[in-house]
Amino acid sequence: MIEIFRNPAYDFIGKRKWAYIVSIAFTLLGLVSLATRGLHYDIDFTGGTLIQVRFEQAPSVATIRAGLGRIGLAEGVIQEYGDAREFIVRVPLTALSSEEVSRRVREALAQEASLGKLEIRRVEFVGPQVGKELQLQAVYAVFAGLVGILLYIAIRFDLKGGVAAVIAVFHDVLVCLGALSLTGREFSLPVLAALLTIIGFSVNDTIVAYDRLRENRGKFATKGKPFALQMNDAVNQTLSRTILTSLTVFFSAAILFAFGGRTLEDFAFVLFVGVITGTYSTTYVAAALVVDWTQHVEGRLGRGKKAVAKA
Amino acid sequence: MRRNLGTRIGIVVVALLGSLWYLYPPAKAINLGLDLQGGIHLVLGVDTPKALAAQTDRAAEDFKSALERKGIGVKRVARESDTAFVVELSSPSAWNDALTVASEFSTFERKADDPGVGRFTLAMSERRARELADSSVRQGVETIRNRVDQFGVAEPTITRQGEDRILIQLPGVQDPARAKALIGKTALLEFKLLDERASVEDALAGRIPDGDELLYSRRVDPQTKTERKIPYVIQKRTLLTGGELNRAEVQSDPNAPNNWQVSIEFNSVGTRIFGEVTEQSVGRQLAIILDGNVYSAPRINERIPGGRAVITGQFSVEEARDLAIVLRAGALPAPVTVLEERTVGPSLGADSIRQGMIAILASAGVVALFMLLYYRLSGFIADVALVLNLLILLACMAAFGATLTLPGIAGIALTIGMAVDTNILIFERIREELRVGKTPRSAIDAGFARALRTIIDTHLTVMVTAAILYNFGTGPVKGFAVSLFVGLAASLFTAYFFTRLLFDLVYMGRRKVESVSI
Repeated sequence: MIEIFRNPAYDFIGKRKWAYIVSIAFTLLGLVSLATRGLHYDIDFTGGTLIQVRFEQAPSVATIRAGLGRIGLAEGVIQEYGDAREFIVRVPLTALSSEEVSRRVREALAQEASLGKLEIRRVEFVGPQVGKELQLQAVYAVFAGLVGILLYIAIRFDLKGGVAAVIAVFHDVLVCLGALSLTGREFSLPVLAALLTIIGFSVNDTIVAYDRLRENRGKFATKGKPFALQMNDAVNQTLSRTILTSLTVFFSAAILFAFGGRTLEDFAFVLFVGVITGTYSTTYVAAALVVDWTQHVEGRLGRGKKAVAKA
Repeated sequence: MRRNLGTRIGIVVVALLGSLWYLYPPAKAINLGLDLQGGIHLVLGVDTPKALAAQTDRAAEDFKSALERKGIGVKRVARESDTAFVVELSSPSAWNDALTVASEFSTFERKADDPGVGRFTLAMSERRARELADSSVRQGVETIRNRVDQFGVAEPTITRQGEDRILIQLPGVQDPARAKALIGKTALLEFKLLDERASVEDALAGRIPDGDELLYSRRVDPQTKTERKIPYVIQKRTLLTGGELNRAEVQSDPNAPNNWQVSIEFNSVGTRIFGEVTEQSVGRQLAIILDGNVYSAPRINERIPGGRAVITGQFSVEEARDLAIVLRAGALPAPVTVLEERTVGPSLGADSIRQGMIAILASAGVVALFMLLYYRLSGFIADVALVLNLLILLACMAAFGATLTLPGIAGIALTIGMAVDTNILIFERIREELRVGKTPRSAIDAGFARALRTIIDTHLTVMVTAAILYNFGTGPVKGFAVSLFVGLAASLFTAYFFTRLLFDLVYMGRRKVESVSI
């Protein structure tokens, strides 16, 4: 029998104060990057035109820019896309219609003789209305996801667990967005999908730990044990499952990242980061917060009882 | 759970056979999204206010001629908003007669009466305006479907989206620009008389006579490729529209072999009106106007009884063919604008399929290998369950007619990870029970029983997220949500129910179980 852990008894919860520092540091790093470097939104959210072109020989960005400059679209973003011969041109919203923009780009690039033959492989146009709606939808989707999770856990377990789980998920979302911002990747619809998946995944882990805690509490052995130790037991007992599952999702994400093509790369990147932070946050954000909250409440109750006893 | 073995095997066999039934033949079973097979995805916004304005314009024209027929002098009839027009009589004395005429226009309500100056406003009721806006979108969907059918696209999707949007998906279309022009053209064909008395110079200077409008004919010089605009002063009143057409055919221009033209034939109503109009206006010029552009303005030499006309322009054979299609399919009741467009070339789609398949196979392979090494026989059982999971997932997508998109493939890859998670939960639980000294049989029982609640919780939360994604997301995100949701539902069945059945078959049949390969 291959085993990663045999009856693990690590003191996770005891070291939670250090973990808070780490969590806050990463969250701050993400926030600072989001504030200073910002997040690049894909045209899905800003509106605009995206044109994917494949050239017969690898061209230089400067030649492409020169071609676009002649039709007054030099401010467009030009990016290599997964292959030296493949490029994406993004043009912000203008008064021109999508047909007009793509026709002009095609003509301008065809005129630039040194570029050789080319094939337009994809054209996407998102109007200003749709872009705004998608932005709103993205925010709604994330918040609806969080509320759904909060309600589910509050009903199945308790409010403390629900709030702590949502804070953990929020932490994961911030870290993922921070990672996107630091690496200069785009926030697109597939990335949004990945973020929502991470929300589900992170909560999954948390629920497994909570479930175990609840199951243990019914047993005689836990009687009189401090809550922090009970939680630590639950985390340890589910540790091998947590690590194994995280590893499989981690493998899946890594493979998508490597072989899924440029279209799935950003999606896989978020999953990749999310799996790590999601696994971490289960113990060090969700479980740790529940412990501190419970201790706080118990402490107050205890002081209250003493006061009553004195009187 | 140990009992009912027969029933449980039956359920699995039915699920397996059902899946295979839906997946046969494999090439046709699953709809590929536009991102995988190439094609156009368009979201059009219908300009419903324009449709209302056009309706109001027509009503204003009709009202004016109704008054004139009754001999009531009219000073001014003008549209005030999209749904209302103001009427000003030459003299207030005709007030009562005018009100009688107004009462015949039952879809418009009279407002802002001012009998002193003989002025009132006719406004469409809000309900009527809503109905009109709604029907203009519905009609738009029908018209576009007609056009696309005649253009010849296999399995197009044309549906209404929300209040005033139309979603169009055309898989495998090779010439997106042409398809878009065909779909988006309003194609309002109108016949109006030229106002020969008005001076074009005055109109260009901004002095357009009341009841007239300034329209242009656009001609491209074949040598210099420059566009020339020829102005015409035209009476606003529409005599006849393309709504009365019976046929529209492409023919070659007898005078210029490379120029093509479209011959049209009116229906009986159109033929009668066309006959009357040409009879009454012999010697005048009749403008043929398409979407506000004058195509030609031939002089009427005599009454034209047969209801036939020809639209000439500098058409290529394709342009003429597309024009004939849009004329046959009818005009859009309101102009449309492109709100969102996604066009994927067929070669990119093929690349995406290949990469997606590689990713999914690699991901499934690595995970399966890992399970086999780590859990041995139990891992093998989990792998068999994984195969059934994928089969059911794909079969469900085929059965619901769901579309497989690139993000959908990602969703499947993720499902694999989640399905395996279920088995890991169970197996770790069984190992734990074995460690505390339980017999293999009771360890299996306890492992499955204890893990069940956790499994349901984890599945439900992710399914909740997937459902939210589906409701809030658009195209690509929806595809992801669908495959994730279906995959998780299937995983509850395969990773729990089916795995349990296999465990029972392997371990429960024997009299004494010494150990579990886990």
